[in-house]
Amino acid sequence: MDRRTALLPLVLFLALAALVVWRLVLMDRGDLPKDIPTVMLDKPVPTFDLPPVAAGQPGLSTADFKGKVTLVNFFATWCVPCREEHALLANLTDKVAVVGIAYKDNAAAVQNYLAGQGNPYRQVGADADGRVAIDFGVYGVPESYLVDGEGRIRYAWKKPFTPEEIRTRLLPLVAALTP
Amino acid sequence: MIPETGHFALILAFVVAIVQGSLPMIGAHRRDPAWMALGTPAALCQGALIAIAFLCLIGCYVTSDFSVLAVVENSHTDKPLLYKIAGVWGNHEGSMVLWVFILGLYGAAVAVFGNHLPVPLKARVLAVQGLIGAFFLAFILFTSNPFLRVDPAPINGNGLNPILQDPGLAFHPPMLYLGYVGFSMAFSFAIAALIEGRVDAAWARWVRPWTLAAWCALTLGVAMGSWWAYYTLGWGGWWYWDPVENASFMPWLAGTALLHSAIVAEKRESLRAWTILLAILTFSLSVLGTFLVRSGILTSVHSFAADPARGIFVLVILFVLTGGSLVLFALRAGRLTDNGLFAPISREGGLLLNNLLLATGAGTVLLGTLFPMVADAFHMGKISVGPPFFNIVFLPLMVPLVLAMAVGPHLSWKRGDLPGVLSRLKLAAVAAVAMMVLTWVLDGGPSAVLYAAGGIGLATWLLLGTLAEWAERVHLFSARPGEIWRRAINLPRGAWGMTTAHLGLAIVIAGITGATAWRVEKVQVMHLGDSVDIAGLQVRLDSVEDNVPGPNYVAMRGTFTAHRGARVVAVFHPERRQFAQPPTTTTFAAIRTNLIGDLYVVLGEPDGDGGYVTRIYHNPMVPWIFGGAIIMTLGGLVSLSDRRFRVGAPPRAAARLAAAKG
Repeated sequence: MDRRTALLPLVLFLALAALVVWRLVLMDRGDLPKDIPTVMLDKPVPTFDLPPVAAGQPGLSTADFKGKVTLVNFFATWCVPCREEHALLANLTDKVAVVGIAYKDNAAAVQNYLAGQGNPYRQVGADADGRVAIDFGVYGVPESYLVDGEGRIRYAWKKPFTPEEIRTRLLPLVAALTP
Repeated sequence: MIPETGHFALILAFVVAIVQGSLPMIGAHRRDPAWMALGTPAALCQGALIAIAFLCLIGCYVTSDFSVLAVVENSHTDKPLLYKIAGVWGNHEGSMVLWVFILGLYGAAVAVFGNHLPVPLKARVLAVQGLIGAFFLAFILFTSNPFLRVDPAPINGNGLNPILQDPGLAFHPPMLYLGYVGFSMAFSFAIAALIEGRVDAAWARWVRPWTLAAWCALTLGVAMGSWWAYYTLGWGGWWYWDPVENASFMPWLAGTALLHSAIVAEKRESLRAWTILLAILTFSLSVLGTFLVRSGILTSVHSFAADPARGIFVLVILFVLTGGSLVLFALRAGRLTDNGLFAPISREGGLLLNNLLLATGAGTVLLGTLFPMVADAFHMGKISVGPPFFNIVFLPLMVPLVLAMAVGPHLSWKRGDLPGVLSRLKLAAVAAVAMMVLTWVLDGGPSAVLYAAGGIGLATWLLLGTLAEWAERVHLFSARPGEIWRRAINLPRGAWGMTTAHLGLAIVIAGITGATAWRVEKVQVMHLGDSVDIAGLQVRLDSVEDNVPGPNYVAMRGTFTAHRGARVVAVFHPERRQFAQPPTTTTFAAIRTNLIGDLYVVLGEPDGDGGYVTRIYHNPMVPWIFGGAIIMTLGGLVSLSDRRFRVGAPPRAAARLAAAKG
């Protein structure tokens, strides 16, 4: 076997090893691979106009974010953690405007769900094909975004809310953003 | 007392491993018989010491000694005995002890059965085994001591993750480790050969049985892991391309390649440097798997608690073992020249193609598994690589592999006659195409999924091609029955093994195709008395019983009956199990198989309104995947029993001569 060919596996291995070391160093600094970055933070809300889940009700569009602090909650009726989070959202309605985006769901199921579990949302948009979720950078449901009065995303929470998260981070931020 | 005994045994094993890893190696260099001979007792001693430590650890779990931290964290007095024992390797520390225990077993096996090896080779092999043992024992002793005590001892333990409390998981890690660690033998032989600068047919013949044994265990281990995921995770899937699954699949691919290239190295004294490289890579991939699962650098649904410090340690081991051996390879591989020349169309050529495709396949899986890390490094964002990547990139590589697999065994060594072979395979080709058309038509013609027809065609081709090769060897269509029988009996076990293993793969391919293409999934809310139509049956939810007591959980148990018309075909009892310690809910799917397909029923959450979320799957041909894997393993075992691998078996001609004289 040629000398240089015989060296190739070693070179490839060293490159791989360097990469792994780099990753471990990052982890040591607290950057875990499972932490998902929020691309949309501090950017304006994507432009969208979603139909309502039932005829006659309001849908949801970018224009609805003007002038007030809004919590956008992506949810789905087929998502068990969303059901768990639902009760927490109901307690928020008097503190911040909560709107929902039904992610890849059918309208009848959503209506049924909101009728049965209570409806914390002022407006619900039906994102049937999940395009708006992509624009927001949604990885899965539930996810929530806090939008300020200028239509800018100020906070993102990429899992079901916990009472602690609401108390320690969400509500103080709502208070700070509300004029 | 027992934990200390175990701990001391591990420390002594570490010291012995250092002796085993150094003195015989130096002895082989100096041609000093006494130093070389030290390898055998050292390996036996190391094996015995680790066995003592392992038994002590099992003892701690069985007696629920909660003064030991690992027992507190992973066990509970209410746990059934089987899971107390399985809990030993259901966590990082214990699984590493199992790892070195198996390493010790293999080392001791070489010491005992390796008497026919040339003395310096045996000394070097044992020394490399000793070094590997020393690294991993150091890892255990310095970062993950399983015998660490806690004071004061708690009253009871935290319990084992309920998802691990399952017979499948009790047996699958030991199987996997028998495979992973078994490849250390091929690795040690490869390093010894590189040091000696000599790879001959005898070397390949010594390496092959160890590789084969490891391959059998790994095949079974991967299949068991997949089976476990299939029936415990409750989603009806059997392979998710998860990093942890890939970690076991990559060494399997590389090991399969090694198994085949070693044949060329043995019979034709060719592909030597490549075989050595494969031996190094296969074991390195095994260690990489160990590393990935423990370091937390990749996100996976099932892995041990991540700890970067441990990750660094395994990485250093990987760096020294793989890096060191690749340096050695770079220095020495130039000397390994090949004698046997062969035409591209030949048995060697076929095996080379097999190696090329399998190695590329392993590389692809490696790329897909590590890509999230690479993407992160080059600021391409945090991504995960899912099944679509593997299906698009990996599966196309397997198509030519399977196509060639039916042809290869027909080719003769050195120079094969492709047109002749293809004409012998005409019937298989016609049957394969016929099966493709048949599948396509039965599957609904234009609306059918194309890959289903392709997969079934491939499976048929491989099945018939393999059978044709066997038929030819025994003269099935030309000889009298007595002659066929005589030929079949005299066929080497290696040939029987190859035929069996290849047939097993044909069954696996058919199973994978059917399970992917024709799976039916029904998810709905059911009230008592509701029925769901699936696979020509009506599955009815009859009752749900709450608070059914289990050994260490309470269950909500549903009763479903499957009807065909008025007749009851099967009864299902899926459960949702609520474990007290640790508090976790698991789903226990009820599976009814008729060996052609599975009906798979999962009871989900109650909706609070008298209804239950239920998932009912019809998974056709899934049993074939596991059955085929078992047949492959059997093939490997049959081949392993071939007399040319047997210890001290006299060559056949000599035996016959002796018999004639007697």
